[in-house]
Amino acid sequence: MKIGVLALQGDFAEHQVMLKTLGADVVQVRLPEQLNGLSGLIIPGGESTTIGKLATAYGLIEPLKTFGKTQAIWGTCAGAIFLAKDAHRPQPLLGLMDIVIERNAFGRQVDSFEVDLNVTGLNADEKDQSPFHAVFIRAPLIESVGKGVEVISTLEDGRIVAARQGKLLATSFHPELTRDNRFHRYFMELAK
Amino acid sequence: MEQKTGSFEVKKGLAQMLKGGVIMDVVNADHAKIAEDAGACAVMALERVPADIRADGGVARMSDPDMIQKIIESVSIPVMAKCRIGHFVEAQILESIGVDYIDESEVLTPADEANHIYKHDFKVPFVCGCRNLGEALRRIGEGAAMIRTKGEAGTGDVVEAVRHARTVLGEIRKLQNLPVEELMTFAKEIGAPYELVVETRKLGRMPVVNFAAGGIATPADAALMMQLGVDGVFVGSGIFKSGDPSKRATAIVKATTHYQDAKILADVSRNLGEAMVGRQISSMTDAEKIATRGW
Repeated sequence: MKIGVLALQGDFAEHQVMLKTLGADVVQVRLPEQLNGLSGLIIPGGESTTIGKLATAYGLIEPLKTFGKTQAIWGTCAGAIFLAKDAHRPQPLLGLMDIVIERNAFGRQVDSFEVDLNVTGLNADEKDQSPFHAVFIRAPLIESVGKGVEVISTLEDGRIVAARQGKLLATSFHPELTRDNRFHRYFMELAK
Repeated sequence: MEQKTGSFEVKKGLAQMLKGGVIMDVVNADHAKIAEDAGACAVMALERVPADIRADGGVARMSDPDMIQKIIESVSIPVMAKCRIGHFVEAQILESIGVDYIDESEVLTPADEANHIYKHDFKVPFVCGCRNLGEALRRIGEGAAMIRTKGEAGTGDVVEAVRHARTVLGEIRKLQNLPVEELMTFAKEIGAPYELVVETRKLGRMPVVNFAAGGIATPADAALMMQLGVDGVFVGSGIFKSGDPSKRATAIVKATTHYQDAKILADVSRNLGEAMVGRQISSMTDAEKIATRGW
């Protein structure tokens, strides 16, 4: 299976390593034509403003919107912001997912944290039923979701940190920074 | 379930989010906005860019917290700030006002000529400079969650940045070919903690993100450092000491992303106006070089 990682800025190499260990054929995407033939695309963590500006400058916004209509896309952190329809700030967004995002929702870097999460559907056919250890870095929150969006994980207080809309997936945190590949396998199932 | 802040994982993690990006020196909120609009992945807040620190002479210290705060309020991207080598109180102050990363920097006048800050004690992550692998691993041993090769700040001459990146990456390549029984002696020779030598060999790279800094002034300089194998670049005086900072900043951001695409590099290098004047490092005395600060 051919999976792309949007390689404009951010921790795309970490996603790439994880996907390769799962046997995927990984392509770095910096220009629109590199989307051809991909079953899915990961938009990594990074700075969403940087990623948005580079995507605009190199004509990726419309091709990405078209790609997301039929193919799987997973956004982690900055990627989740980029997928959203609204981030309360004027910055380029794909608007593919019916979610509203609050950027830097937990404060500054000193407030970045790790926590164990329960994720719906992640352990469906897994031997490993343990919670997912999630790393939040200056993370966004999914403030609200529209109809057709399934909330798949929340913090203990109910705030949303992972959601799925068909083949589109958004997480506030970074599975690529862990050694747990359950999320990447989950995504590869969506991309099939 | 319990949330854990300030772990080495989350400190190192922010640096991973900066990869493939450009961190720009800014001296006020207007500069910070220009940098953010150009696509900087973070800004470094400081009162004077290194070229001016060089020109002015005197003692260079941590910037005014009020000035840093204004920059923090003006942008949504991470804000870094510099403290003097060994000056852990400046670091405590920077942590308390909410900077996202502290650069324990040789660009400022060192406060301690024997010791660096014990960085594990802080919740805020630190980036430190290095000229070689031993220096990098000593800093990581003290708790640095990100490394940058030093280059020679405020010169606009990329030669030292290249030297330091080649040294570090070359030492890692050499390390990977050593048999295990030679690792302890290698650690002794480069003055690095043994465990970090072993880890670096296993990973085939430094255990934290490694940017290049010190002398990068053009899109081609940025792409050169990326092709040599660093994870991203710091640009200090190179942007705001040039003729058209906004245009140059945008071009350097694009060059850092498309570092392997010579056509795009040619395109972004066109009509950028004057680059910073710069100082040729080969014409400088050793006393004028700041990269030698750090122990």
